[in-house]
Amino acid sequence: MAVSEEPTYTSTSSESMGGSEILRVEDLHTSFFLPIGELQAVRGVSFSLKRGRSLGIVGESGSGKSVLARSIMCLNLGSNVKTSGSAFFDGRDLLSLSRREMRRLWGTEIAMIFQDPMTSLNPMVKIGRQVIEHLRQHKNVNRREAKQTALDLLNEVRIPEAESRIDRLPHELSGGMRQRVSIASALACEPSLLFADEPTTALDVTVQHQILNLLSREQRQRNMTMVMVTHDLGVIAGRTDDTLVMYAGKVVEQASTDEIFEKTQHPYTEALMRSIPRTTHASHTPLAAITGRPPVATHLPAGCAFSPRCPYVQPKCHEEDPPLVSIGTSGHKSACWYPVGSDANREAFERNLSDRLPQTLAVAESLDADQSSGIPAGLPDGGIA
Amino acid sequence: MSKLGLPPVITRAPSRLRRGPRNAEQMFPGSSGKSRFGNLFGKMPWLTKLCFLWLILVVLAAALADLIPGLADPNYQGFVFGDGKTNEGPTASHWLGTDNVSRDILARLIYGARVSLIFAFSLAAIGIIVGGTLGSIAGYFRGLLETFLMALVDTWLSFPALIGLVFITTMLGMRNLVVLVLVGAVFIWPSYTRIARATALSVSGQAFVTAARAIGTSRKRILVREIFPNVLPALLAYSLVGLPILIILESTLSFLGLGVEIPTASWGGMINQARQDLLINIWPAVWPAVTLFMTVYSFNNLADWVRTQAAARSAAI
Repeated sequence: MAVSEEPTYTSTSSESMGGSEILRVEDLHTSFFLPIGELQAVRGVSFSLKRGRSLGIVGESGSGKSVLARSIMCLNLGSNVKTSGSAFFDGRDLLSLSRREMRRLWGTEIAMIFQDPMTSLNPMVKIGRQVIEHLRQHKNVNRREAKQTALDLLNEVRIPEAESRIDRLPHELSGGMRQRVSIASALACEPSLLFADEPTTALDVTVQHQILNLLSREQRQRNMTMVMVTHDLGVIAGRTDDTLVMYAGKVVEQASTDEIFEKTQHPYTEALMRSIPRTTHASHTPLAAITGRPPVATHLPAGCAFSPRCPYVQPKCHEEDPPLVSIGTSGHKSACWYPVGSDANREAFERNLSDRLPQTLAVAESLDADQSSGIPAGLPDGGIA
Repeated sequence: MSKLGLPPVITRAPSRLRRGPRNAEQMFPGSSGKSRFGNLFGKMPWLTKLCFLWLILVVLAAALADLIPGLADPNYQGFVFGDGKTNEGPTASHWLGTDNVSRDILARLIYGARVSLIFAFSLAAIGIIVGGTLGSIAGYFRGLLETFLMALVDTWLSFPALIGLVFITTMLGMRNLVVLVLVGAVFIWPSYTRIARATALSVSGQAFVTAARAIGTSRKRILVREIFPNVLPALLAYSLVGLPILIILESTLSFLGLGVEIPTASWGGMINQARQDLLINIWPAVWPAVTLFMTVYSFNNLADWVRTQAAARSAAI
């Protein structure tokens, strides 16, 4: 596929950067076969991850980020799912492992934290016992040792009065506490790779902050590799080393997190960042939402999947899907014919502006509002759909 | 407070909340585990309280029948030995009188409760164990096994249980309580299986089952540790509703002469016995009928109350 170019890249980088490679995903495809047709949730994703680093996977709902994480973990999802490609964990292809072999890795080597702490704990079992059972399944410890380890873990994830809470049922704890319990449970057997699938989406903003800090701290202390799946750029900003931006099942931009924020290349990443509300904006500034909707994965547009919503769209975008290519030297990759900041991009913007393309006008509007920050911006004029 | 002009109804919070909750037990009464059932009785409406007390009385009487001092032998026919009369009204020695073969009605009621309750409770237990296991397996493992099992259940359920029971018990030479329970079990498991399978299906889709897989739990263990405990409440609720039906079923069989063999006391059998002399003395039929009615009503009332409590609790969760 177009994405998996540069066969030399992975082999050189694994040695050059010091840390050894723990996960390498190559050309991963996942499809759901539905009555209405084949739904391509993940379309040829490749990346690699070094031990001890953290990766953020960002994208809208339906961009395939959760399915990607679950495909790598082989936690997929039903009989109508087909996964192809490969995901090497410590040199072993997870996608070709048997269920029995996979079960040996789950929990001890690879673990996952789920989005909704309300449903990811068994409502009928005391929280302490859920952690203890997990320990006893994988480690040869007796009940008392397991209980002590569970207590230490609950203390470590900052559950106050862990000694009394250990005998509580999940519904007796708050959402943040429950997420702490599921983190403790995931960390119990010291996995070397942790997937966090939108771990804070179901939580309050203040609790989000605490949970994210907890995860970052644990990741650093344990030298654990972490993949953080989220739809919120604010969640990964300053927390993960690398970032992968996904759109319609493909990686559209990939770089270190700092670089993604500083030298944004892909129009979609740029649009995501523009849509974050800023405190410098005047009150009631209209949110710079991305015009249009994410594509329906059963009926993807021809060419670049983002083209119907892109403010820089050109005829070429409708015809040819841009490959993910390296930009610069630091491993920054982007899949766009007219990357942000290039001259071609500026020309495309001017051309679309004079053609009065709705999404381009919307972007121009919000740029105006940015420049005249402090003065309340007017309502968008009626010409914008 | 009056300076703020607040209406007095706000300033007088219930005493439990006045100083603010100090611990979890005060915020969520009954949540600490220690007194989870302690204050339940106090919350019942008065009729449910009565029903609850009646059921306790019935259960205790049935369980401790042999220990009750002065209780007559339920099968002792006094008139044979010249120290009792048939169809006697209430006396000091026979509080509820005697039946047409001069047996003590109270003693027979108490020993009859034993038959009814053992029959109903053991069938419910068998239903929960057998149906719960099969249904959980079918609902979680799916596949060919589920298809086969559910086809069997549907076929089984389409067969009228009472006629089947009557048929089998007629055929059997021996009809003691154990045999009756075993025969009942043949007809009780499909409905439990169906409910367990439906619940297991919905539980299997929950995130905590995926979470259990993601920490490397085997499917067998997930079935035992994750699925079955979450199927159990549904089965318990169903069996609570099913208990009175089972009591009625046992009485029906006994009334038809197909329950436990005479002279073992049972409520249905007592009504059947009293039928012969109904126009002479109605009381030997009335007492077991009233007892049966009160017991069945109490079970229904209590089950209804438990259901509303469970609904309120899951809404609070």
